[in-house]
Amino acid sequence: MPLLTPPLRTVHDERGAKFTEFGGWDMPVEFDSIRVEHEAVRTDVGKFDVSHMGEIYVTGPDATTLTGRLTTNDVSALAVGDSQYAAITDRDGVIIDDTVIYRLPDTDGEPTYLFIPNAGNDEAMHERWVTHRNEWGLEATVDNQTDEWAMFAVQGPNARSLVGNLSEGSLSDLSRFEATYATVADVECWVARTGYTGEDGFELLLPWAEAETVWSALDCQPCGLGARDTLRLEAGYVLAGQDFEYENDPRTPYEAGIGFAVKLDTEFVGRDALEAVSEEGIDEKLIGLRLIDRGIPRHGYDITNTDSRVIGTVTSGTMSPTLDSAIGRGYVPVEYAEPGTTLRVIVRGQSKKARVEPTPFIDTI
Amino acid sequence: MSFDIPDDRRYLASHEWALETADGVRVGITDFAQDELGDVVFVELPDEGETVTHEAEFGVIESIKAVSDLYAPVSGEILAVNEALFDAPELVNDDPFGEGWMLEIEPGDDLESELEALLSAAEYDEQIA
Repeated sequence: MPLLTPPLRTVHDERGAKFTEFGGWDMPVEFDSIRVEHEAVRTDVGKFDVSHMGEIYVTGPDATTLTGRLTTNDVSALAVGDSQYAAITDRDGVIIDDTVIYRLPDTDGEPTYLFIPNAGNDEAMHERWVTHRNEWGLEATVDNQTDEWAMFAVQGPNARSLVGNLSEGSLSDLSRFEATYATVADVECWVARTGYTGEDGFELLLPWAEAETVWSALDCQPCGLGARDTLRLEAGYVLAGQDFEYENDPRTPYEAGIGFAVKLDTEFVGRDALEAVSEEGIDEKLIGLRLIDRGIPRHGYDITNTDSRVIGTVTSGTMSPTLDSAIGRGYVPVEYAEPGTTLRVIVRGQSKKARVEPTPFIDTI
Repeated sequence: MSFDIPDDRRYLASHEWALETADGVRVGITDFAQDELGDVVFVELPDEGETVTHEAEFGVIESIKAVSDLYAPVSGEILAVNEALFDAPELVNDDPFGEGWMLEIEPGDDLESELEALLSAAEYDEQIA
């Protein structure tokens, strides 16, 4: 199957980007260097093209009920211009995907949402919403608009002034997780104070056809998926397909450390199973790791206890540009999850000393 | 994008170079290879006195995003290891054909045929084009 291409594939290519396959898309992984891009976001501002993310539009009298019953957070608490992070779970409370749900202005007087599945999951999530709508006899329109919306993240301590200077009206009033329609470089964008880096900033959703106008007006360091990964890892954000994977590494939100996005006082698929987990407690937990010995933990490496018994697997790992040390995530039995615990990671056959660390690894906003 | 490919040395298809010097044969990776890897953060090399074999693995290089094996362009005994790389692995990015060298090898009897089996600068250029 040919790779899907984001609207600015050519623009990025001309800027000298390297590309990688991600979720079926051909995406820029690096423009200059991960270190340079990472540093720009931590100290100044950087822009990411994340148009590979899905966009599912839900509207109608039962849009709130439908979306609420398929996500773990409390959709009914969202006013227009609010957003929330949530997991999408199956009947057993296992994470299928994680998402951010934006409440858009009402359409014809009916509540309207746009939620953002991970790259490559948009069709499955669209189908999930449609199937359940039909099964439950709800009245809502569900539209997969992934090919209509470009999505940019503008992140870093100077993101607010950069985007603010390009927009009419005041974006500085937006609180974290609030969003509004605003004009950026004369293009109407859905602008949200959200992100995946641990820094302040915005995510912009805009018509695919206007992508180049907005991208080129954002005068700052372009960043690829490489820096996005080092930034999100430092900031303690999980990555779908890596820190949980429905088929190969099924996890509940409690194991994955996103229990804050589970509202058991709402009705949703997986609620009863998750209530049981919250009462009985979890056996394994996603921890943060820092390597003491030289070496870098990578996805799939074994984690052992100090007696060399394998107790878990690394889900994500990198050399942290901010901390200048090797960090990672992985699931281990809860008795090994306490920060300060000494563990070992097997790096190409060699056992390397590691320590459990609290996440996020850095101070975030 | 164009890459430096000095024609004073020979190349392995896996992106290592070999340069004959007064002391032996110096080994490193190419400009193209360091660019593909991105920010190098870690280089794992054998010790002085160990032997390496033509086209066999001798070490590992890691960047922020990837891990890659290193292959020896020629066989021989290791005379010196570039220990500067342990503290400053970014030398591989900054100067892959100079300060970023990895090994100095005392070549064996097969040096001539091993060098012959490697690619010229022009051939390597064609391979990465």
